[in-house]
Amino acid sequence: MKILVAVKQVPERDAQIRVTADGKWIDEGDLSYTINEPDAYALEEALQLKEKNGGEVVVVCAGPERVTSTLREALAKGADRAIHIEADDLGERDTLGVAQILADAVKAEAPDLILTGLQSDDLGLGQTGVVMAELLGIPHATIIMQVEVVGAGLKVKRELEDGWFQHVEMPLPALLTIQSGGNKLRYATLMGIKKAKTKETKTVTAAAASGAKAIALERVYLPEKQKKTEMLTGTATEIAAKLVEKLKFEVRVI
Amino acid sequence: MSGVLVVMDQRGGVMNRMSFEALAAGKQLAAKLGAECSAAVLGESGGGGGVGNAALARMYSVEHALLKVYTADGYVGALEQLVKKVEPTHVLFPHTYQVRDFAPALATRFKQVLISDVIAVHDGPVFVRQLLQGKLNADYRQTGSGPCFVSVQAGSFRAEAESGEAAVEVFVPAIDAAQIRNKPGELFRESTQTVDLSAAPVIVSVGRGIGEESNIGIVQELADALGAELAASRPICDNGWLPMERQVGSSGQTVSPKLYLAVGISGAIQHLVGMKGSKAVIAINKDEHAPIFEVADYGVVGDLFEVVPALTKAVLAAKQ
Repeated sequence: MKILVAVKQVPERDAQIRVTADGKWIDEGDLSYTINEPDAYALEEALQLKEKNGGEVVVVCAGPERVTSTLREALAKGADRAIHIEADDLGERDTLGVAQILADAVKAEAPDLILTGLQSDDLGLGQTGVVMAELLGIPHATIIMQVEVVGAGLKVKRELEDGWFQHVEMPLPALLTIQSGGNKLRYATLMGIKKAKTKETKTVTAAAASGAKAIALERVYLPEKQKKTEMLTGTATEIAAKLVEKLKFEVRVI
Repeated sequence: MSGVLVVMDQRGGVMNRMSFEALAAGKQLAAKLGAECSAAVLGESGGGGGVGNAALARMYSVEHALLKVYTADGYVGALEQLVKKVEPTHVLFPHTYQVRDFAPALATRFKQVLISDVIAVHDGPVFVRQLLQGKLNADYRQTGSGPCFVSVQAGSFRAEAESGEAAVEVFVPAIDAAQIRNKPGELFRESTQTVDLSAAPVIVSVGRGIGEESNIGIVQELADALGAELAASRPICDNGWLPMERQVGSSGQTVSPKLYLAVGISGAIQHLVGMKGSKAVIAINKDEHAPIFEVADYGVVGDLFEVVPALTKAVLAAKQ
C-alpha cells in the first residue's frame, strides 16, 4: 500500500508570539518551527500501517525552504521519500488554495491512502484534509483513532464527542484525518537519522496563487480577557498562603 | 441570494444542543444583515418540528431514506441541493465533530472556504476565530462571491428558548445510494465510564506543563488534599499518563465545578470548551500569555513544581 502523509510545519508550542506592526500576522523572524502535532500522529499511523501491511510512506509538505527540516525528521522516523512543495506565499492562499497545491502533488503519486492531522496547531481551521479529498474525488473520514486494512478497503475508528466512537468501512483510495493519541509517537533513531540522508526529497514548485481567495484573514490581535484575573505573586509559600485565603473565603471549598 | 440558513445538527433524532447556539448566532447575523433567518434539519423524515422557533422565516426538513444515518456523501449531496435552492448569503453550522466531517467539502463544492470555529460575529460581517491554540484572535472576512459558510464554537453564543413554531417546508433531495461511499457502523462507547467528572465540586486538572508521567504525583497529592477529582487535558491522556475518562475538553468530559484548578494547562480551545462553565478557575502556568489566564479568576505565573507542593502543604495545614 502506498501511503502519502501530508504534514504542516507550525511554530513551536512554547514560542513567544508577537503580532507584526501592521497587525496582519505574527512576527516569524525568531520563531522556531516543528511538525504540527496531529500530523505527527498521521505519520506514526502511516509508519505502523506500512510495518503491518508493507508498502511505501511518502511525506509531503508545502512551504518555504525551512519546512525541509520537518521533512528530514519524517524521513529519519521511517518515511521512504519526501516531497517538498516550494511555496513562499502560503499566507496568500486560503485553505482551498493550499489544498489545491497539495492535491496537485498527490495526483502525480496516485497513493492508495492519504493521511493528515485533523487540524493545525496554528490556524486550526481543521479542513485541509477534507477539502483535499473533495478536490481529488475520493472518500474521507475525519478524527480517526485507528485504521485497519480489511480486504480491498479500510475499517476506521472515528472519534465522536462525549466518549462515543463509530467504525466506518470505506473503499480505497481514501483520505483520513488523524486524531492525536491513537498511537504512541516514535523518536528518530541515530540509524534513522543517518539513513534519512540517503533518502530522496523531491522539490516541486507550487503553481502560482490564483489571487482570488474565498476568505481573508484581516487582522490578528491578543484576545480580550473574558474575566478579570487577579494575579497572585510572591514566593511559592506566599502564593500558597494567598491561594488558601481565596479557597477559604472566596471560592469556599475548604 | 439573501438570508441566513442555519444547518442544525442532530444524531438519531436528538438535536445537538450546540445547534441552538448556532441558531442564536444565525439570528444575530441575520439582524445585522437585515435579512431573514431560516434553518434546516436533515433526516429520514419528519425533522424540523418541535424546534420551537417562531422567529424563523422557515424550517426546512431535508428528508431522504439515505439521510437516516450520517454520511459525508449523503449530507454534502443533500445540502448542496438545498443551498442552491434557498440561495442564502450565509450558511451557519455548530462546530460539532459531524459538521467538521462534511462542511469543508460542502464549501468546496461552491469554491468557498468554511470559516470554522467562530467565536463572535461583528459588523461587516467580520467573523472572529482563534489562532495558535487560543493565543491570538483573528478577524476573517469572506472575499469570495458564493455563499459564506461559517461554523460556530460551542459556548460562544447563548441559545435562547423560543416559543411557537416556524413554518416547516419539506425538501426531498435527489440522492442515489451509489453516491455514498462510506459504510458507517453503530455508535459505541469503549467502556462504561466509571469517572463522572461532571458531578465533582472540585477538580484539579493537569496539563503538558507537568513534563513527565512521574511528576503527576504532586498534582494527585494536591487533589487529595482538596478532596478533588483529578482530571487532565488531552495530551496527558494521549500519552497514557492518565486514563482517557479523566480528560476534560471537547473530546472528553464537560465540567462546571465550583472550583477548577488548572496546573500546567495552557488552555487550548479544545480544553476551554470543556471547563469554561466552572464557577471559579485558578490557573498555575509558567507562561504569562497562556490562554488559560483569560478564563481564570486567580492566576499564578510560576513554576508549578514549587507552587503545587507549597499549596498542598498550605491546604493540609488550613484543614487541620
